[in-house]
Amino acid sequence: MTGDTHSARPTRRAWITGAAAAAGCFSLGFHVPFAPARGETLGAAPAAPEVNAWVVVRPDETVVIRIARSEMGQGTLTGLAQLVAEELGCDWSRVTTEYPTPGQNLARKRVWGDFSTGGSRGMRDSHEYVRKGGAAARTMLVAAAAKGWGVPPAACQVERGVITHAASGRSTTFGAVAAEAAKLEPPGDVVLKDPRDWTIAGKPLKRLDTLAKLDGSQIYGLDLTLPGMLNAAIRDCPVTGGTVKSFDAAAVSGLPGVKRVLQVGDSAVAVVADTFWRAKTALDALPITWDEGPNAAVSSASIAATLREGLDAPDAFVGNKAGDVEGALKGAAKVVEAVYGVPFQNHATMEPMNATAVWTPERCEVWTPTQNGEAALAATADAAGLPATRCEVYKIHLGGGFGRRGATHDWVRQVVLIAREMPGTPIKLIWTREEDMTHGRYHPVTQCRLRAALDADGNLTGLHMRISGQSILASIAPQRMVNGRDPVTFQGLNPSGPEAAIGYTIPNLLIDHAMRNPHIIPGFWRGVNLNPNAIYLECFLDELAHAAGQDPLDFRLKLMGAHPKHRAVLEAVADRIGWRTQPPEGVQRGLCQTMGFGSYVAGAAEVSVSESGALKIHRIVAATDPGHAVNPQQIDAQIAGSFVYGLSAALYGACTVKDGRIEQTNFDTYPVMRMDAMPAVEAIIMPSGGFWGGVGEPTIAVAAPAVLNAVFAATGKRVRQLPLRDTDLRRA
Amino acid sequence: MARLTINGVVREVDAEPDTPLLWVIREQAGLTGTKYGCGIAQCGACTVHIDGAAVRSCSVPLSAVEPGQKIVTIEGLAPGGDHPVQRAWAQLDVPQCGFCQPGMIMASAALLAQNPRPSDAEIRAEITNICRCGTYNRVLAGIKLAAEGGQSGRG
Repeated sequence: MTGDTHSARPTRRAWITGAAAAAGCFSLGFHVPFAPARGETLGAAPAAPEVNAWVVVRPDETVVIRIARSEMGQGTLTGLAQLVAEELGCDWSRVTTEYPTPGQNLARKRVWGDFSTGGSRGMRDSHEYVRKGGAAARTMLVAAAAKGWGVPPAACQVERGVITHAASGRSTTFGAVAAEAAKLEPPGDVVLKDPRDWTIAGKPLKRLDTLAKLDGSQIYGLDLTLPGMLNAAIRDCPVTGGTVKSFDAAAVSGLPGVKRVLQVGDSAVAVVADTFWRAKTALDALPITWDEGPNAAVSSASIAATLREGLDAPDAFVGNKAGDVEGALKGAAKVVEAVYGVPFQNHATMEPMNATAVWTPERCEVWTPTQNGEAALAATADAAGLPATRCEVYKIHLGGGFGRRGATHDWVRQVVLIAREMPGTPIKLIWTREEDMTHGRYHPVTQCRLRAALDADGNLTGLHMRISGQSILASIAPQRMVNGRDPVTFQGLNPSGPEAAIGYTIPNLLIDHAMRNPHIIPGFWRGVNLNPNAIYLECFLDELAHAAGQDPLDFRLKLMGAHPKHRAVLEAVADRIGWRTQPPEGVQRGLCQTMGFGSYVAGAAEVSVSESGALKIHRIVAATDPGHAVNPQQIDAQIAGSFVYGLSAALYGACTVKDGRIEQTNFDTYPVMRMDAMPAVEAIIMPSGGFWGGVGEPTIAVAAPAVLNAVFAATGKRVRQLPLRDTDLRRA
Repeated sequence: MARLTINGVVREVDAEPDTPLLWVIREQAGLTGTKYGCGIAQCGACTVHIDGAAVRSCSVPLSAVEPGQKIVTIEGLAPGGDHPVQRAWAQLDVPQCGFCQPGMIMASAALLAQNPRPSDAEIRAEITNICRCGTYNRVLAGIKLAAEGGQSGRG
């Protein structure tokens, strides 16, 4: 590593000056002390021309690789850089990274493609064009050297940033020819390396962004400071759909440091002060009267009743259908039925929502941790009342994302509305944990009724899976609905396809969705609908195996003949955990598999439950086949982390509703997994090639069912309504 | 005006007496490595050392800090960031998003200063900081690696 993480203190000034001059706008000219990861803002470096949009090589041989996706802990910064560097043929120890801005992407006709960072898409959606970017840059660098020597480019070799012409014994470096290369026409097409020949990609390299995270020097959005900046605290109506009726600004305007008390949109009130603590203190003291609107009587019980009605409703959207389920159920030797349910979950990123904005009538700029810089730019422009070409967003390293910081940018809208009231003054808005916990974009609430037909030999002949509940798309992305249907609802249950296909062949099958949308706003919560769908199907299959008197692994394998990749990961975890052997005394096992985000995943758990009902998870084995593994070390970290996220929800997490509002306000009432409950996790990474799947999310879906099936084996009790802590596991 | 000693530097700070030490460190001293995560001493992202002990600074009012007490933040844990815990973290690539890690590192360094060779059970009992990315197993391995390095925490 080049070690410039700590010393790099680039500014955006160089770029903003040039762009502002070109656009006829003003430049605020702030010196912004941030270095996102090892990233830099464009133009901050000494003037080295880009070879192409993805690669800049400086005269000192530093290779700057541009990353369009957002780093939020998942390692995409390192993984994407590996893919570019692999094709570029540079010296990995010289690699650094930078984020292009959304405004630059807009101005350059989306040369960097999609900025959105969600759906575990970082690698699988951009691997081809970032590798081509690296390969094209290499081709141009070689061509520049060959031209200088008067030799054919094909006669030159590249090794770790050094270009050699063996026949004449000459060599040069990327840094020496970069300026000439930048003047050349880019190649029409390039040939990518066979992944079997990779030397940088596919290797368990260390992250590029670790060192600054160890000494406090990594700047998150929460940490940003601009000259003359003021701080804002905000309170949105506790009931979604409610509005501000009145507030008594005079009651707090004399408190220390308070500069402004103002309404934000229809539903929120903010205090702006010199420090955040003073803003928050004044906001806590501010009398606010709300019009709580039409949802003030909604409760978890009323939502559950609505969903229960949907379990039997005649109309539902069909996601997967084969044969004649009702006929199979009528002719069954045995019918098994169960109802499962999952509650709302908050993303609870460690860093609460925040953004910093400065607005003038001519221009608006925002600094924020975001999973989608382009969407943040659109939200900025909309709230600023300015065209996007007069706005800019600077992405700052995220203190966790998990889907909260991608699809909606409600906090960005708020900060821009505040900044509009104080033109020219930078405003940093920070949500308290309480604001964050009660104004999330929650994992959707659903229930599921499963009815299965078993024949006299215990074979599964029919399954009806009725999901009732909330659609994410209907609330926050209606443009992605298909004829009123939300396809995301069926994640992991689709009849086929490269994204999220069911891994079983069931002759008579119906999977349908009765959409019931409560007022609590849903969002893409890491793993999304794959999580509940895997719980529903994989726990119920376990029930069926027991009802049929069969081993849960054997019962599944009989249905998996046409699904070899699903089967391979399931068998891998079964083998590793020793499914066919006796578990240790007092320990029981469970397993499961699913497919989502393009990858095949399976999990197996060993648990024990004490007489008093205390669950201990001793060991987890998880297998994933993502097609290609760009950085096995990072995949291992994602798999282990997935169990923390998935089991936090399965064991403890629930956001409940009373009087129209979310009841949980902080980590005391929304507990999450800590180290004392963390099991050992053994990851089996088994890329089979030929496709590209994601790794940040799919494994979360197998965390809960693996453990819940093991809990049944240990206690004979089925946990069908999550979280598990609501179920008494004491021995009867 | 209150007088604080942070990372060996004596600073005069202008804040109300009930201001949490966390916000004094972040907003008055300008040391933003210490993070706000919950404000109620649940998550540990704000962990600093006061006279060598790990303290959740979000729940310590400025008025409770005695003159002469030595406050150490992540920025002052070790010159050049080469505390054994920081070195172990680098070796094992512990952080994911990293937001909780200053608190994790400060809590871990204080644990090792008190107990240079903690058992797994002791680590699990003592390190109660929250990490939502799920780095716990690498944190545990990092503490053991730092302990094997034979140097206990300081600061």
